[in-house]
Amino acid sequence: MSPAESVRTALEALRANPLRSALTMLGMVIGVAAVIAMVAVGAGARDQVLRQIASLGTNLIMVGQGSVQRGAVRLGAGTAASLTEDDAAAIVREIPGVAAVAPSVRWGLQVVAGNQNWNTTLFGITPDYLEARDWTVTAGRPISDDDVVRGGKVVLLGETVVRTLFGGGDPVGETVRMFTTPLTVIGVLGGKGQNAGGQDQDDVVFVPLSTAKRNIPGMAKTNPRFVHSLVVKMGDGADMAAAQAQIRDLLRQRHRLAEGADDDFWMRDLSEIAATRDASSRALSFLLAAVAAVSLLVGGIGIMNIMLVSVTERTREIGLRLALGARRRDILVQFLIESATLSVIGACAGVALGIGVAVAVAGMAGWPALIVPEAVLLAVGVSGAVGVFFGLYPARRAARLDPIEALRHE
Amino acid sequence: MLRPNRRGGAVAASAFPSDLGGGEPLIVVRDLRRTYAVGPDRVAALAGVSVTVERGAFIAVMGPSGSGKSTFMNVLGCLDRPDGGEYRLDGEDVGHADPDSLAAVRNRKIGFVFQSFHLLPRLTARANVELPMVYGGIPRAERVRRAAAALEAVGLGDRWHHRPAQLSGGQQQRVAIARALVNRPLLLLADEPTGALDSRTTREIMELLRDLNRGGLTIVLVTHEAEVAAYAGRVLTFRDGRLAGDAPPADAAGAAVPG
Repeated sequence: MSPAESVRTALEALRANPLRSALTMLGMVIGVAAVIAMVAVGAGARDQVLRQIASLGTNLIMVGQGSVQRGAVRLGAGTAASLTEDDAAAIVREIPGVAAVAPSVRWGLQVVAGNQNWNTTLFGITPDYLEARDWTVTAGRPISDDDVVRGGKVVLLGETVVRTLFGGGDPVGETVRMFTTPLTVIGVLGGKGQNAGGQDQDDVVFVPLSTAKRNIPGMAKTNPRFVHSLVVKMGDGADMAAAQAQIRDLLRQRHRLAEGADDDFWMRDLSEIAATRDASSRALSFLLAAVAAVSLLVGGIGIMNIMLVSVTERTREIGLRLALGARRRDILVQFLIESATLSVIGACAGVALGIGVAVAVAGMAGWPALIVPEAVLLAVGVSGAVGVFFGLYPARRAARLDPIEALRHE
Repeated sequence: MLRPNRRGGAVAASAFPSDLGGGEPLIVVRDLRRTYAVGPDRVAALAGVSVTVERGAFIAVMGPSGSGKSTFMNVLGCLDRPDGGEYRLDGEDVGHADPDSLAAVRNRKIGFVFQSFHLLPRLTARANVELPMVYGGIPRAERVRRAAAALEAVGLGDRWHHRPAQLSGGQQQRVAIARALVNRPLLLLADEPTGALDSRTTREIMELLRDLNRGGLTIVLVTHEAEVAAYAGRVLTFRDGRLAGDAPPADAAGAAVPG
């Protein structure tokens, strides 16, 4: 019996019981749709995370204040008051390949405009900071070096702050109050939306570094030169690991830390964060794929079940075919093709459904669905293999029937 | 045991084209044995049967149930293999052949007709007739042509697209006969072909078989009915796994009564 005849015979048998064939396929449809949708949504989410991280800049090294150790008690991060503007200057001066260093301070406070007030986070910055963290200014002008030198009473507002204090109207030229200090709004920051951790990145106000230190009570009482963190921007193609090591050595030396003492600052390379995030989303994709594989397995068992029923029901037919000259191999192949056809047609429907679900879910979640061609091929291939594997036992049973017994079967 | 009687088919056989090549009788069976295990016991369904069937013969096989006639038919049809003795079909030793060779023999040399027709309900009459040719590897166009011709020959040329459920019992059996003949077999095995039919249809089917036999086809037919056996040239009667009678129908009918 030629392969084409085997396929024709198998399709005839499946057409004879359309509802049953459709229901049997449903298991594979759901399994494959789950694989496709999960992989697509997972890949879309991962792509989104990577994009966010790339937007932070992978050539940045973040340096922050460490914690103070008093006896056995470690106080919280940022309590050491160890980083200074002089550290920033030293890094620029002594570490090769550094493009810019942006020192900043950070303070949670209330800002007031007219009768509106809003609790937000204030950053005292230099112009380098805007560039290093990819902030744009959509209205007005950015903070200039001159503002920093003069301690100018000017402020940039994030989109969220503009919306809450000014109801979305143009705030440039208006005045907001920080404690008792009136600040003139010189510009509005371009929106960044939520970060990968779900925080609103637009709920910020930026003032010149010097202005923050001078006008926020209690901020600079121990050391007027201190800063909370430094963003070190490396030139293109810089060796990030080597730069980190050099910065660590320089800061330990400047802070006069003894050999073996802990760092009094922390340091992070954004590519490390990217790698961690990437790894965790990979783990998630893997988990989803495992769940999907289980559903394929269940679909395969459904096919085996229905094929066993079919073999029993068609015992007389098998007996007749054997009497008419079918070899055992012909019967085996016929039933294998039937089960493989069930699972492959089911898989194709599953691919279509899965793509639909992925697009819908991604639409709701607000990230693109990435249809991974490898996942599609894999799902169809695996389901074909599942069909053959789970069809093997019923098909062998059919092929081993004794023609005399089979013809007599009621 | 009676001596085999060759009178029944000898005349017709000379007219059958395939006889031109083979000098040997179509079926030669010597001391055929087949034993089944039933629980701890061994039951001899065939306890040494020897028969020769000439080409072109029309043989009826009779006997009570359990007499071994079904086993005999299964062995003749290459559906079962004997565990003792010899079976030569068309000069070929098929008593010891492997399953795939037997499948090929069934496909090319033997046509089967069953009491319950055994048509596949989801296929049209023509597709049912095509089945043996599918396993014979015959191209589709030729299959269609030959199936149509075979249906024409049994008087159902206009019903080729009907499914079995749309046909009467007699028509279904005609489709089954067309299927049995479509690969031009040497031997037609019919297992109570009229057992499910009324007497008028029985007559029609038997006349069809008689005509086929007159055309040279060798037929071996199992029946319980003397009227059906009367169409045969020779009646083999089985009892307890042995051949108990081998005579023309008139003699067999008389012999069967005292048992």
